[in-house]
Amino acid sequence: MRSEKCYQIYMIGVGGQGIVKTATIIGEAAMVQGCQVVMSEVHGMAQRGGTVVTELKIGPEESPLIGKNAADLILAFEPSEILRALDKIGKQTHVITNSSTIVPFTVSLGISEYPDKKKMFAELRKEITNFFVIEAERLAQEAGNLITANIVILGAALAIPQFPVNKDFVIESIGKNLPPKLIDINLKALEKGYQELASTLSVS
Amino acid sequence: MKVEEILEKKKGDKLFLLGNEAAVRGALEAGVSFAATYPGTPSSEIGNVLTRIAKKAGIYFEFSVNEKVALEVSAAAASAGLRSFVFMKHVGLNVAADALISTAYTGVRAGMIILSADDPSMHSSQNEQDNRILAQLAGIPVLEPSNPQEMKDFMVYGITISEQYKIPVLIRTTTRVSHMRGVVQLGTIIPGKKEGFFDKEETRFNIAPVFARQMRQELVEKLHRLEIMGNTSPVNRIVKDSNENKVGIITSGTSFNYVQDIVNKFSLPVNILKLGLSYPLPRQLVKEFIRNLESIFVIEEVEPILEKEVLSLLGQEGWQRRIYGKLDGTLPRIYEYNPDIIHKAFAQVLNIELLEETSKFTFEDVKPPLRPPVLCPGCPHRSTIYAIKKAVQNLRIEKENIIYSNDIGCYTLAMEPPYNMADYCICMGSSIGIASGMSKATKQKIISLIGDSTFFHAGIPPLINAVHQKANIMLVILDNKITAMTGGQPNPSIPIDGWGEEAPAVSIAELTRATGAGYVRVINPEHINEAVQVFKEALQYEGVSVIISRSPCIMLKRKGKKLVFYIDQKKCIQCQICVKQFNCPAIYKKENGSIYINDLWCSGCGVCVQVCPQKAIEVKK
Repeated sequence: MRSEKCYQIYMIGVGGQGIVKTATIIGEAAMVQGCQVVMSEVHGMAQRGGTVVTELKIGPEESPLIGKNAADLILAFEPSEILRALDKIGKQTHVITNSSTIVPFTVSLGISEYPDKKKMFAELRKEITNFFVIEAERLAQEAGNLITANIVILGAALAIPQFPVNKDFVIESIGKNLPPKLIDINLKALEKGYQELASTLSVS
Repeated sequence: MKVEEILEKKKGDKLFLLGNEAAVRGALEAGVSFAATYPGTPSSEIGNVLTRIAKKAGIYFEFSVNEKVALEVSAAAASAGLRSFVFMKHVGLNVAADALISTAYTGVRAGMIILSADDPSMHSSQNEQDNRILAQLAGIPVLEPSNPQEMKDFMVYGITISEQYKIPVLIRTTTRVSHMRGVVQLGTIIPGKKEGFFDKEETRFNIAPVFARQMRQELVEKLHRLEIMGNTSPVNRIVKDSNENKVGIITSGTSFNYVQDIVNKFSLPVNILKLGLSYPLPRQLVKEFIRNLESIFVIEEVEPILEKEVLSLLGQEGWQRRIYGKLDGTLPRIYEYNPDIIHKAFAQVLNIELLEETSKFTFEDVKPPLRPPVLCPGCPHRSTIYAIKKAVQNLRIEKENIIYSNDIGCYTLAMEPPYNMADYCICMGSSIGIASGMSKATKQKIISLIGDSTFFHAGIPPLINAVHQKANIMLVILDNKITAMTGGQPNPSIPIDGWGEEAPAVSIAELTRATGAGYVRVINPEHINEAVQVFKEALQYEGVSVIISRSPCIMLKRKGKKLVFYIDQKKCIQCQICVKQFNCPAIYKKENGSIYINDLWCSGCGVCVQVCPQKAIEVKK
């Protein structure tokens, strides 16, 4: 599984969605698998309900920041947040987005607008060959708890053929990074996300 | 990973560590036995780890009242023979600057590390200052790690040279190193000395002018010896070297990572000198590096410090070389770098092809919504600022005639609409000093907002000033019993210290009364109507009025079962007070105009129930 090219994952969403935790799970799994891995996180003021970005590079690079058009995979935990990451998208990029939206207070106040979701997805589909929408919240609820939505998205990422980290290492890493009593439902959530994308891929 | 593994893992093990976590492991491997901080992004996680493991590791650890005190307690420990570690965000070192500069003079006995986490691009700060300049002002050596592995290793190295040269050492990180995670290979933990003893030495720790003149001389000599040592230091290394290359790069810190990636990617024919010990500049090493080169890039964040030093070196030697950096415009003068910026700079000078932009699309009519950070659902600050606004409205004070002097903390977010309550906000404690001056300069009414931790940090002297100078201000101390914005560290407002041990709490009410402020009240902001009444009274008081608005941070309350609220759609008339004035992020408006509460986000505080004029918000059963 070890690749000489660097695999670059750009994760974006809203503070409180478990983005840093999800990235750490992938990173630790990559380390155990024997990969070189670096990651950049957001802490501090931005975490209070603002946009959160985490960048992860698996392979022979030193810097944790992803350049223009260089992402291999974008995981959007909140769909409109993709619109802030358009410059990271290249021909090779797979984009997986959560379907459920988080509407910020600026919309209720009328000082900004939330884009029309259907139109946004249609536009993105036009430009991005590998664009996938996952109903992470529904699948998380089915797994047993809404809070596992981040792990559903992680599961979907595992179904991307180029994803460089082995599922077994990811499962092991979930065990080390989440509270013991929540492991079972998180593994269920992981599997649900995985199956969801795997079946989409086998159809297309 | 569990935090405890930072202490428990053995030599040779690998951990996937945040730069800040790696600094803690470095402290353990360096035999540090005394650590202090005041929390500040991007340095906070160092303290968050120490608070969990310090006691078990045998390290004394405190969240000091501010950075100056943190530096002083650490200097004391180092003078008494304990290896010490003090860490803070860049602006914290401004607060500590007085103590820093004198500690450079006195020097230390045991090793002492001062870690400054700078924040280029101001992800979570009010400015982007390069604290290598403060280190030069003080005259102490600077180490610049590039990644978590170096963060750990440089802690050990820093303690070694600090002890050898009897001088405090600055480790200068940036957000992208402190908040970078990477694989770290661990070394051996060395137990630090448990108890110090201060040997008296009349001329050593007293900076009276008669002694300081001697210390000044010694300091310059130490720096000279450090410069010579730097020429062969293992952390200053030529990463790439070939006689055929005519272009060189001198770089440090996080910039090195971008340089390395772009040079490798395009197999650029350049030599690279990486400076880990960047001050004092190892002049001989730099001279050898550039001797056979024609042009040199100097790539550093965030001020052109090395660049100017290299230019001065060239002048002194009478050498003609082309220097590319910030000063000639090859690289941006401000903000942090990234791979694209470095790539572009190389492309311009070295004529390498710019990466073809494989896709570039923007949507004209599909834009993301504005998503600034926001006070948490259930945050007691929301109740406080809502009640202040109500009081101001009730008294019909015109907008122009009221100045909101805000401070550094979560409540800074009151600057956003719909509150717009931050007309002035510059630094820790400034809300009161600015108010004090404003009340002398104008007849406008001034409301200061400050948190409990910030009040202890830098709010007490300006309050004394305001009382003594007969200022006319209303000071609101938002006492949520925690240092919240940085992740929830304890402060003197609560009876627990940085180790998790019982400690005497310091009463803000008694402190403020002791200043002689004429009107002091303690309120619970979640009783909105009462809070509004008190604020109205205080606003009409001539002199210094102090309202201590006390209710614990929602992070402290979250434990245990919570109530969930819902909006009875039959009763709701969509007046939108809950959304547009109270502005809780758990309450949202659907496209059809109806108002709902998000179950997952609602904290169950129930304050919205009081805000709703229709009594439409109820507990979900």
